[in-house]
Amino acid sequence: MAKEKKEIDVRFGKFGTISFTAMTKVNDFIDRLEQGKISGTKCKTCGNVYFPPRADCYNCLGKDMEWFDVSGTGKLVTYSKLEYAPVGFENDLPYAIALLDYGDYKVFGRIASDVPEADIKVGMEMKAVHNTLPNGQLNYVFQKA
Amino acid sequence: MGKVGIIGVGQSAFVRGYPGSIRELAFEGFREAMQDAGIATKDIGASVFCSAPEYDKQRSPAGVLAEYLGLTPQPTFYVETLCSASSTGVRLAYSLVKSGLHDVVAVVGFQKMSEISSAESQERMGRGADIQWESPFGTMMPAYYALHARGHFAKYGTTPDDLALIRVKAATYGQINEKAVYRKPVTFDMFSDPENNMSGPVASPLRVGDCCANADGSSCVIIANEEKCKAFSKKPVWILGLGAASTAVNMAGRDIFSGLTVGMQAGEQAYKMAGVTPKDIDVAEVHDCFTIAEMMAYENLGFAKPGEGKDLIRSKETYREGSIPVNVDGGLLSKGHPIGATGGSQIRTIVLQLRGEAGPMQVKDPEIGLVHNIGGVGLYGNVTILGR
Repeated sequence: MAKEKKEIDVRFGKFGTISFTAMTKVNDFIDRLEQGKISGTKCKTCGNVYFPPRADCYNCLGKDMEWFDVSGTGKLVTYSKLEYAPVGFENDLPYAIALLDYGDYKVFGRIASDVPEADIKVGMEMKAVHNTLPNGQLNYVFQKA
Repeated sequence: MGKVGIIGVGQSAFVRGYPGSIRELAFEGFREAMQDAGIATKDIGASVFCSAPEYDKQRSPAGVLAEYLGLTPQPTFYVETLCSASSTGVRLAYSLVKSGLHDVVAVVGFQKMSEISSAESQERMGRGADIQWESPFGTMMPAYYALHARGHFAKYGTTPDDLALIRVKAATYGQINEKAVYRKPVTFDMFSDPENNMSGPVASPLRVGDCCANADGSSCVIIANEEKCKAFSKKPVWILGLGAASTAVNMAGRDIFSGLTVGMQAGEQAYKMAGVTPKDIDVAEVHDCFTIAEMMAYENLGFAKPGEGKDLIRSKETYREGSIPVNVDGGLLSKGHPIGATGGSQIRTIVLQLRGEAGPMQVKDPEIGLVHNIGGVGLYGNVTILGR
């Protein structure tokens, strides 16, 4: 009798130019990203807010989490433009990594490649938007607000 | 229970492309430390091996290296906290000795980085950060530290020129350290010369000259209880204070980009345990994997107030003749940074300084020295305070 093959959920393998993690309990992040939403999680028990999203709450040890969507704008905390890349990212060069502060949480990602470097200033308001990479992978990038 | 001290230190030359295996590389630092301590392998009760994984192919290196070094059948352990692995090893050895479980423990740090290319190395080190949420964006260590440089510049008005001054200092001492991988001088003008490699862009605002040199190397520190220190060594150096801390791996979990919280916290713990203040430190080794890391260390360790680290380097106070000499062996920038060997090498430098055996790098009559060793992007922090 043939055993039914268990389906493996590897959706997270679609995150970023190269994903180093295929399976995670927050795999729905990818479906939400496909729908244009960048989402974190909130603990239903104690209310702690997490970005990047987590399946487990270290504050109350709960695992009952709900999704929320990153909205509005965040302040650019810091950034760096890379002229040299780790193996596998050479074709993306040059690109800038950055951190936005949304108040209750921060979001790490890339600055959109069409934002001129001269326009980038620490403290400026930016917004995170979903993005499809040339290789079909998904991520999100920061645009001027 | 008494004091815990260091009776032997050693390190290999830090080189590019070491022509041997990791066990042979580890033996080089070990041999020097054993000759320094004047003891036999039977005198060592346990060994701790330290490296960052995935540069070489050996899994579970402790057993393999312990056998090659003649340290079987004694127990052996492997620890890693990326670039601070061997400082963590010293912390573990301290507790093994202090607990009374062992009288003498050898801490051996090693790394053969040249088995992989520079770009592969950036990918490996980048994966010492958050591989789920950040590595997919193409992160690497220079870029993470560049985020901190940008944060420091924005908050305090520090400039790329200030960072260049730190690189020039490192090269001043790298030239006179025969174990350094980078022996050439670096001048301030090289950073403004577009034809010079030092000014080449890596991850803004950091340039090639702001980054440390990858290297192959090993180090060894032999730790003993008070009784064995006095029996084996004419000049034991005592471990006066230890501090260690960790923080959020991802940048989204951090609040400060002008300093490293683990450096501050480990420093505070070590000062408290030793009963000293930053003013009491006569010579220091700090983790300058990038120039900005040394700048932050000045402030995080209390050698300068927050934002005033730039004044310390501008006035050359961290040179050998200054009020607080820092990295007068060339630091990671010029001596080189073979990840797992670095902490032990820093400790070796301070031990030699306190014994008055640092040769051309010797600071005048130091009594108390400090070692600051960071793992990852401020993911792990270790501070060790040593005294005569």
